[in-house]
Amino acid sequence: MHQILALIIKEFRAIWKDKSARGILFAPPILQLFMFAFAVTLDVKNISLGIYNQDQGKESHELIQRFKGSPQFSDVFSIEKESDIKHVMDTRKAIVVLNFPADFSRKMRQGEPATMQAILDGRRSNSSLIVSGYVGEIADVFANEFNRQFNPRKAIPSISSIVVPRNWFNANLDYQWFTVTSLVAIIGMISALSLSSLTIAREREMGTFEQILVTPLTPTQILIGKLCPPVVVGLAQSVVMFAFAVTYFGIPFTGSILLLVAGMFVFLTSIIGVGLFISSLCTTQQQAVLGTFVFLTPTMTLSGFGAPVENIPMWLQYVSEISPLKHFLIVIKGIFLKDMPFAAVWANTWPNILIAVFTVSSSVWLFRRRIE
Amino acid sequence: MSERKDTFFRMRGLLVKETYQIFRDPSSMLVAFFLPMLLLFLNGYAINLDANNIKTGIVIESQNDDSERLLQSFQKSSYYDVTTSDHRKPMEEALVASKIRGIIVIPNYFDKANRDQRILSPIQVITDGSEPNTAALFQNYARGTWQNWLIQTGKTNGNEIKIPINIESRVWFNPENKSPDYIIPGSLAIIITLVGNLLTALVVAREWERGTMESLMTTPVSITELILGKLIPYFILGMGTLILCVAVSVFIYKVPFRGSIPPMLLVGSLYLFAALCFGLLISTLARNQFIAAQVSIFTAFLPAFMLSGFIFEIANMPVPLQLLSYVFTARYLVSSYQTIFLVGDVYEIIFLDCLGILTITSILLYFVVINTRKKLD
Repeated sequence: MHQILALIIKEFRAIWKDKSARGILFAPPILQLFMFAFAVTLDVKNISLGIYNQDQGKESHELIQRFKGSPQFSDVFSIEKESDIKHVMDTRKAIVVLNFPADFSRKMRQGEPATMQAILDGRRSNSSLIVSGYVGEIADVFANEFNRQFNPRKAIPSISSIVVPRNWFNANLDYQWFTVTSLVAIIGMISALSLSSLTIAREREMGTFEQILVTPLTPTQILIGKLCPPVVVGLAQSVVMFAFAVTYFGIPFTGSILLLVAGMFVFLTSIIGVGLFISSLCTTQQQAVLGTFVFLTPTMTLSGFGAPVENIPMWLQYVSEISPLKHFLIVIKGIFLKDMPFAAVWANTWPNILIAVFTVSSSVWLFRRRIE
Repeated sequence: MSERKDTFFRMRGLLVKETYQIFRDPSSMLVAFFLPMLLLFLNGYAINLDANNIKTGIVIESQNDDSERLLQSFQKSSYYDVTTSDHRKPMEEALVASKIRGIIVIPNYFDKANRDQRILSPIQVITDGSEPNTAALFQNYARGTWQNWLIQTGKTNGNEIKIPINIESRVWFNPENKSPDYIIPGSLAIIITLVGNLLTALVVAREWERGTMESLMTTPVSITELILGKLIPYFILGMGTLILCVAVSVFIYKVPFRGSIPPMLLVGSLYLFAALCFGLLISTLARNQFIAAQVSIFTAFLPAFMLSGFIFEIANMPVPLQLLSYVFTARYLVSSYQTIFLVGDVYEIIFLDCLGILTITSILLYFVVINTRKKLD
């Protein structure tokens, strides 16, 4: 026990001794949290909308005024010639171009369904689809008001305003609530992984590895000594990030902090198990860093952070079950936003316990094999 | 004359050394070929932003013809993956546990509501706000399904409902709205960043860490030769990766390629060169592989992922971040490649992007030379 403790202290000192490494443990994670909290958003703002209006009537002009008045559209400009539409779209000057046909106002006055065309930029199809949703809402509201005023008899019942959706846990669909909570897990994961994956490889490369091997410590003890510092550093980083999430970003914390820390502990242990496995496998730091990337890439892609897990093919969804990040993202968002009860937290934590046991024990196994 | 000959021999020596180093270490091959293929595979299959099969819980408070038919139209649509219940409680618990993404409640007054215009909200839509993008899509889909159902019901009952303003949407450049088609061209930025920036930063940092850089400097090799000797092999490796990835994207993942090859190669090679310079700069400043790797991840890899417009639209970000994105070359490559793949050779865009990359590169190159020289003294 004393021996392990001594090794753990030595490992902490090794991290702490290096001044620039010390800085790198805390400054970039916080910086990243702030930068990406604002960058990572699928909310659509500052929309540029091009309008090609062939209609002389008053109705289309009024509708265009509505677009100009709406806060989401920062740049509404008109296009003079039909041939200019292509140029505007090609050079990304507008994300959506609306094309009003010449009979638009006439049809509206007659109470007939009027048609307009929306051209969306397929390079940014997610955003442009959301924009066309906004356009549709504004047009519907306008049409209903218009009909009530001028064609009360032919009024077409407003059907889009009937369904009023409610968003639980995040009533205004604030994207940051999603991003910041997920980023805490992702940034914690990246630093725990890079700390652990380099540790053995670095000692091997520097030649200090043999010195540890000649001590009376068993390989298992050495590995436990290597496991502790990244867990502690990772937890400390996360706690700092939790604090920023609640205080600066104003994200409600509804659940139990104890459950969250426990979940984080299991998550970090499973990740560090992977890191130590990579580290035992590699002979140089370069291999260790690149090995880390081979693990990080699918883990991030299949975690549900970038794109929902439900959208990927079924067999890949099964593969995503072995990603600790996927389970922990459910837990961290659940505890932050949903006051997730113990049973649900447990349902998404026991897979990580299994993964942690598996990764740590296989790294011990590999480590022992490599030094024998 | 002999001076030039010496340079030639020295450069050849350096190039041979670096090439050996690349081929001897399996991890360079891993990052140059295996990792790009993995990334393309994941982006080709796993990233799909428009949600299908959203896990939906439908609560039917009382069974009747109307609620049965509405349930069917939800079940028939590929947007939802429906489970049903006659009570709210289990569905609400499932929403908290993230087992479902949304709830539709068909209340017990539903059939009455359909005949009485005064009841405003005949169905209830509840979404999981902890996934804002899915929640927003779910709202739109649910509204659409509901409207279609109303129109259908109206037709059978003889009172036709017309939509006052019809919007005909056309998605240009990607009419089927396939996510891989615009994500794969952008993901090439990440792949080249890994080869150009991360790999180079590590390799050169190792030379500093082990002291072999100093040994190289005691030889008659000049700084320019040293830098070129590092850049050229990795440049060739990176171009190999790029060409392979473009070929795989077009032939295996069937991403359209509407532009032409020369502008693609031009932008790609400029971007790769910028990444190499940045990698060199990081390694000369860090001189330690751990720090070089961390700095490279935080200043090159993550910005290429998050500040490039590859998934997250730059126009949606706050102004300071939009300005910051101009510093990282990834945004230029993503913009040009999305255009070259999906639209064609739009020279206005390609020219501006090249100009951006060149400006950043010359600044980087300046710092590389200054720093290497300083380290010598």
